[in-house]
Amino acid sequence: MMGHVILRVTIKLLFAPIILFALYVQFHGDYGPGGGFQAGVVLAVAFVLHALGFGIEATKKVISPNILPWGMALGVLFYAGTGVLTLLLGANFLEYDILAPDSHHNAGQHMGILFVEFGVGLAVASTMLQIFYVFTGRDPEPADDAW
Amino acid sequence: MSPVDATTVAYEAHVSPTFLLDLSLLAMLVACAFAMVTQRRLFAVAMLSGVYSFVSALFFVLMDAVDVAFTEAAVGAGVSTVLVLSGMALASRREAPVSKQRKILPLLVVAIVGAALIYASFDLPALGDPNSPANSYVGTAYIDVSPTDITVPNIVTGVLASYRGYDTMGEVLVVFTAGLACLMLLGAGSIRGGRRVSDQAPPTPLIEAQQTFEQEMKARADHPEAGEERT
Repeated sequence: MMGHVILRVTIKLLFAPIILFALYVQFHGDYGPGGGFQAGVVLAVAFVLHALGFGIEATKKVISPNILPWGMALGVLFYAGTGVLTLLLGANFLEYDILAPDSHHNAGQHMGILFVEFGVGLAVASTMLQIFYVFTGRDPEPADDAW
Repeated sequence: MSPVDATTVAYEAHVSPTFLLDLSLLAMLVACAFAMVTQRRLFAVAMLSGVYSFVSALFFVLMDAVDVAFTEAAVGAGVSTVLVLSGMALASRREAPVSKQRKILPLLVVAIVGAALIYASFDLPALGDPNSPANSYVGTAYIDVSPTDITVPNIVTGVLASYRGYDTMGEVLVVFTAGLACLMLLGAGSIRGGRRVSDQAPPTPLIEAQQTFEQEMKARADHPEAGEERT
């Protein structure tokens, strides 16, 4: 495992840009291809890459497995909560226009889409990383010649 | 007059320069699938499925479905390959050989389903046909009203998050449930009597016998008279 110097240096170089790209995909989803699903997966992939290069234990120090179920639940609750918020404001479930009723350029729709996409991104990123953790956490790291 | 008649446009499918590109990508997909079927090493199969996902992502880009291509590249080629590999690390690295008799039925099923799909593909509308169902009813309505309703430049996002917000919430719940199921099956450890405990390796018969023997000897040393009675 200590031999993969080139892989580790590459992963160190790529780690931050991947997370930046995930944030770009997340918040630029209104204007270009992308959105919460893709951004969540890209964000999770950054940590999966970290785990592949530095071992699962090092990654568990960066993001504890204990907070991931909270992220999963909070993402879903964020999405559904946006719907409940529009309900409480007097409109239908997930009818975003009520969030900014006086806007002439549909600011309510933009806000609603940003909110639910954030919920999607949080839920998807936590779920992907959680599944990766429970799959890889069951066994010590495979030997280098196992393949 | 039905809405289909009102919008029917004369359309002839034509061969565009990207048609050759389409064909080569499809040929690569077929080659990938056959390579996967013939491989016995599961590591190679996992890698080939990643290649398959990347090629289909390219194909989706050619179809102007960038959002789908993005998802395919991120989920299909990225995360699923890693998950399959980490699952494979827990199981066997090679596919077990199967006897010839047990191959006949799956081959028959695959052949029949494949033939049915090919037969059904003759009825598909031509690529880019403006009269196809996907391009006539609700799709055109979204394209018409989205610039004034939602004013989000990416119509896909508008449809996904606003017009079909319920559907997307269901999808998020599906993802959440999948994570929850993995957590319950693999991740939570053992729970006994409401308390979380770490599993211990079950004692082997030899160790068990040794422990009983030691306890017996200890009992005899502590109470010699009881031991004599028992013998």
